[in-house]
Amino acid sequence: MTIVAMGTVAFDEIMGSDGAARAELAALGRWLQTTPESELRRRQAAAEATFRQLGITFAVYGESEASERIIPFDIVPRVFLPDEWARLSEGLVQRVEAINAFLDDIYGERRILKDGVLPAELIFGNPQFRPEIAGMRPPHGVWAHICGIDLVRTGPDAFFVLEDNARTPSGVSYMLENREAMLRLCPELFRNFRVAAVDSYPDRLLETMKSVAPEGVSAPTCVVLTPGHYNSAYYEHSFLADSMGIELVEAADLVVDDDIVWMRTIAGRVKVDVIYRRVDDDYLDPLVFRRDSMLGVPGLIAAYAAGNVAIINAPGNGIADDKAIYSYMPEIVRYYSGGAAKLPNVETWRCREPQALRYVLDHLPELVVKLVDGSGGYGMLVGPTASSAEIEAFRAALVAEPHRYIAQPTLALSTVPTMADRGLAPRHVDFRPFVLTGSRGVQVVPGGLTRVALREGSLVVNSSQGGGTKDSFVLMEAPGAQTQSQSQSLGGMTQVQTLGGAAC
Amino acid sequence: MLSRTASSLYWLGRYFERADFIARLVEATVRLDVLSARPAGQAAWASALAVTDTSDAFAEGGRELRRREVARFLTVETCHPGSIVRCVEMARLNARAVRTALTREAWTAINQAWLTFAAKPSADDPTAVLALTDAVKHETRGFEGAVHRMLRNQTTWFIRLGQAVERADNTARLLDVKYHILLPAGERIGGVVDRDQWTTILQTVSAVTAYRWLYSDGLAPANVIDLLIARAELPRSLAASVEETVDVLGMLARRTGLHGEADRMARMRASRMSKTRSGEVIASGLHQYLQAFIEENAQLHGAIGRQFKFM
Amino acid sequence: MTIEHRAVYRFAGAQAGLVQALRLTPPTSDDQTVVRWRIDVDRDARMRPGRDGFGNAVTMLYVDAPLDRLAIEVTGEVLTSNAHGVLRGATEQLPPALFLRATEATPADPAIAAFAHAVAAELEPLAALHAVNAAVHERFVVAPVGDASRPLAEAFADGTVDPVEATHIFLVAARSLGRPARYVSGYRQADGETVASPHGWAEAYVEGIGWIGFDPLLGRSPEEAHVRLATALDAGGASPVAGVPVEEA
Repeated sequence: MTIVAMGTVAFDEIMGSDGAARAELAALGRWLQTTPESELRRRQAAAEATFRQLGITFAVYGESEASERIIPFDIVPRVFLPDEWARLSEGLVQRVEAINAFLDDIYGERRILKDGVLPAELIFGNPQFRPEIAGMRPPHGVWAHICGIDLVRTGPDAFFVLEDNARTPSGVSYMLENREAMLRLCPELFRNFRVAAVDSYPDRLLETMKSVAPEGVSAPTCVVLTPGHYNSAYYEHSFLADSMGIELVEAADLVVDDDIVWMRTIAGRVKVDVIYRRVDDDYLDPLVFRRDSMLGVPGLIAAYAAGNVAIINAPGNGIADDKAIYSYMPEIVRYYSGGAAKLPNVETWRCREPQALRYVLDHLPELVVKLVDGSGGYGMLVGPTASSAEIEAFRAALVAEPHRYIAQPTLALSTVPTMADRGLAPRHVDFRPFVLTGSRGVQVVPGGLTRVALREGSLVVNSSQGGGTKDSFVLMEAPGAQTQSQSQSLGGMTQVQTLGGAAC
Repeated sequence: MLSRTASSLYWLGRYFERADFIARLVEATVRLDVLSARPAGQAAWASALAVTDTSDAFAEGGRELRRREVARFLTVETCHPGSIVRCVEMARLNARAVRTALTREAWTAINQAWLTFAAKPSADDPTAVLALTDAVKHETRGFEGAVHRMLRNQTTWFIRLGQAVERADNTARLLDVKYHILLPAGERIGGVVDRDQWTTILQTVSAVTAYRWLYSDGLAPANVIDLLIARAELPRSLAASVEETVDVLGMLARRTGLHGEADRMARMRASRMSKTRSGEVIASGLHQYLQAFIEENAQLHGAIGRQFKFM
Repeated sequence: MTIEHRAVYRFAGAQAGLVQALRLTPPTSDDQTVVRWRIDVDRDARMRPGRDGFGNAVTMLYVDAPLDRLAIEVTGEVLTSNAHGVLRGATEQLPPALFLRATEATPADPAIAAFAHAVAAELEPLAALHAVNAAVHERFVVAPVGDASRPLAEAFADGTVDPVEATHIFLVAARSLGRPARYVSGYRQADGETVASPHGWAEAYVEGIGWIGFDPLLGRSPEEAHVRLATALDAGGASPVAGVPVEEA
């Protein structure tokens, strides 16, 4: 089939910039050329039918009906070359280690403030800094066990961190289900390319959970805590519990007694040692966070403070992935790692700073303006595509409450060929790799969630705003060229670097 | 196993079983009304409502007692908690809450049934209704198979426990209502038999062939009653349901090491059932017998909830 | 000073069990020495000592049996000395800057800020805080109000406030002047009384001096008659008994 509308200004990850597939991906280019469009559509439809059947759905906010949609799936994978991935991984490990060190410091000694790297009011005035857990330290000193780092790309080696997710990053089930669909529907691709496996993720996650169990627990009981099946990410919660072979609990299934967490079973109480919670801090423990709430597990934080349970990710992590903190991440990474950040940020104007605010107000039509405390693509202005009325509305909001906003340039985000109404066409993508941190180190899963903006020219990839997903191939070195000394392969995952002894 | 999970599995079993039962009932009623040489008309549909104990709920909406209205009410009416669509929805909600405990196959069957209704199918003409009941039966059969292919552990036992308790209730109601209609006061068993009506009962519990195997002397009400009450060979008989309840509770007790109120009640009921002769039941009052059975079944349901700490 | 405090809590309905956080243990400072102290409950219960994020001593109380009432009895003896409200020798877990933040119960409010700025005028920080404290004391009639959950702005507009609201108004006013301020829960032995009863007041931070107590209910700083239990951003955070919504009988 022919590929239409290729060769726009943005870097295309498969087609390169001159309309022909990048040399390393010539085979993929041929696959796209020779596979009939109808066949690609058929496979895509088959994948989506499976997702619907499995109930891989999400609820859309603001729609009253029990609307359960699947996230559109695109059949064309996005591909990372081995060396691209190796460099990316190094940057991710460095960043996640810094995030963990930052959290340990900010809720403990606060050296980074004493050394004047961050303005103190940025922390203390920030609702994401939770004084309720100050002085508490998670087992083994690990805070951000599961990080999803959102990246965008503008060129072969130009990756930028768009956002850190150190609370309860979601999307890993799509990584796994998308891969399963691709293996089933496009087996020929896996014969042509050596794609790193992602299916050991649940084992790695369970291993990570067990590694951070409280001291002295030899066979820890691990559970996944979900807000319940009305939650938009419930499928993922159950999927993860299922694939790890552990219980999926709701708050009402847990009870704290004598600073120990128990779950209620048909045969009585069972002690719980590690909780992978997919519940916000606010709804963890009504004795500590939202005292007006009837949700949560009363006493959970007391059990955590007593060191009797590990909570994954640790409470209070919101301060590390806060949008106001984000702009300081290069300084934070440098402070804790001793070197420059290997993965740069997207240039960010902090509207709380008068000079930055002036610049932003003067350049609104070119910028993306975001609420510091917003998420999911809501409360966001995309200057180049906004109407003048929208721009003026944001201008007023910015002037009224500048501290709530940051602004970034609109980048020429990379594209990947994507099935559109009139055949394959380039669509902008972003990427969320998943990084696991246990007591024995940090590991990057060789894959991740690629989100694609399905509308032509759109930069908004959020599933709630009409985005879709793709499988993300991480190619391994050709067998002959593999250099074992650089990275130790663990069942498809790569242990890149270990944490310093201090955290263990 | 979490108490909440056990509770959801049990209810999942009950609701999906109920969906299946209503589908069979509606199907048999359509046949009785439309496909029979002597259409039973209104009376057939009135009895379908009576079996599901929803005559009042139906009348409340000011609905007219006609095939189209009743069929819709029992299948696609989302405001009616006793419709197939609502039972499937409740089964699916419970299944979602325990998604981790189910195999994909089991979940897919429930989800497929739900998707059938999510497409807002028509239930206006007999063909559409039969297509719908066929689709439901297809998925409940698939689910049944999936449950039997699942690990023989607490997950399957709680589902089967729910199914057994529900099945006992459904069969008892079916027999009670149909018997009443077919034998108005004063009439003698063995009198003129409305073959179609009795066949409907057998169809609803998928026992047409089984009946022929077990009874050589043609269609006789006493035999049908015997089959549905006392013949444990028939999976939907009271005897089989009662036995299944004891078996499943026994497996759970062996696994958890806990014996309780529900075990004792179930065993007592089974031992009484094994001595039951359908002839004596008919002689001393079938209606009273079935009413007592339904009441005892409800008490067992309560005891199960207490024993396994359902929330 | 002797503390003997017995509180009986009745629950809206019978509880299957109970998990509560008790902030009923006074911390030691230069002017507050705990001689003896004990917490008793009239049930079989487990009690675990711990500390919350604000550094307060917390006793977790676990009752694993059905109950519809619970009596908590606190008895002890504390030696206090008058430091004119200045807190000396206390351990602090969090820096003063944290206590500038607003909470749901103590939101930044333009009317309260205007009031604070009018009262503080050109005064030095310490004098300004004393003036605000006195002004809150004078402005409001302190009495129980029906709706404990009304917004603070509404309470401020009303002439009558409950004791917690009065203190919250002081906190919001002090923060609007750029002074970190926090809620203190504790006991106070009123003039002429022989035992202390539960009481709440405020502390504000002045650079160069430290944390200073302000009691808007009295219109002055706390003295020997105040025993500090816990501090937090608002009354809820410093609550001596936190858990299932209970009514004191």
